[in-house]
Amino acid sequence: MTQEELKNISVAKSVDARGTACPGPLLEAKKAIGTIIAGDVMEVLSADEGTRVDIPKWCSKQGHEFLGTVEENGYFRIFLRKK
Amino acid sequence: MQEELTKQIDHLQKEIDDLKTSVSSLKESRKDQLSFAVVSGDMDKILAVMVISLAAAALDTRVKLFFSFWSLSALRDKKKKAPGKDFISKMFGIMLPKGKTGLKLSKMNMAGMGPVMIKYLMKKQGVLSLEQMFEEAAALGIEITVCEMSMNLMGFKKEEMIDYPNLRYAGATTFMAEANESSVQLFV
Repeated sequence: MTQEELKNISVAKSVDARGTACPGPLLEAKKAIGTIIAGDVMEVLSADEGTRVDIPKWCSKQGHEFLGTVEENGYFRIFLRKK
Repeated sequence: MQEELTKQIDHLQKEIDDLKTSVSSLKESRKDQLSFAVVSGDMDKILAVMVISLAAAALDTRVKLFFSFWSLSALRDKKKKAPGKDFISKMFGIMLPKGKTGLKLSKMNMAGMGPVMIKYLMKKQGVLSLEQMFEEAAALGIEITVCEMSMNLMGFKKEEMIDYPNLRYAGATTFMAEANESSVQLFV
């Protein structure tokens, strides 16, 4: 997905994990994914560079579709679609 | 000629069947499971154990922690008392940290200044504290097994261990049997 597409995507759930460091964002993502249905898009906000690498790995293990990352001022928006 | 070929094919078929059997047994013997032997009781090492275990649990990997020797200090509950110890056990009890908040750093401990500084930095940077990590671990179903032999050796009692939902007491055989099934085994 292009950056423009990601910025305009409709998000079913936004997880703001900017206040936590590894493995906090992953734990928050795990909790939040249970609250949305298959096919929904979730975004994880993280100020942590590591999370940007970790979330795609988590997605491939869990079968979710990693859509891409948008870099904002001082944090990342990481998008994924629940399987 | 024809007979020879049939023989060879039969032989190959048998080899393929054998391979199939061993592959399926390999698949079954390795679960999506992490076995962690935790021997060190330093704050930094217990932190590493908890961070890796929580990441594994977030990936839906089953996590089994086996605590023995120095790491048992991290499982003591400082609010609990265990009366009736002999002299040596009492000495161990006094000299070893009472719970995860009192652990030392393996480097730069500086008579307790190091852990204070690390805790300050962790809070500032949004890293979960050890207490919070144990709470998350409990919620995610991470299992803790206490090595009973080393607990007795160090004079700790069950009465002074933390309240944790998935805590049990067992021996090295249990760890080995479960580690054998795990796809990942780690030692700290």
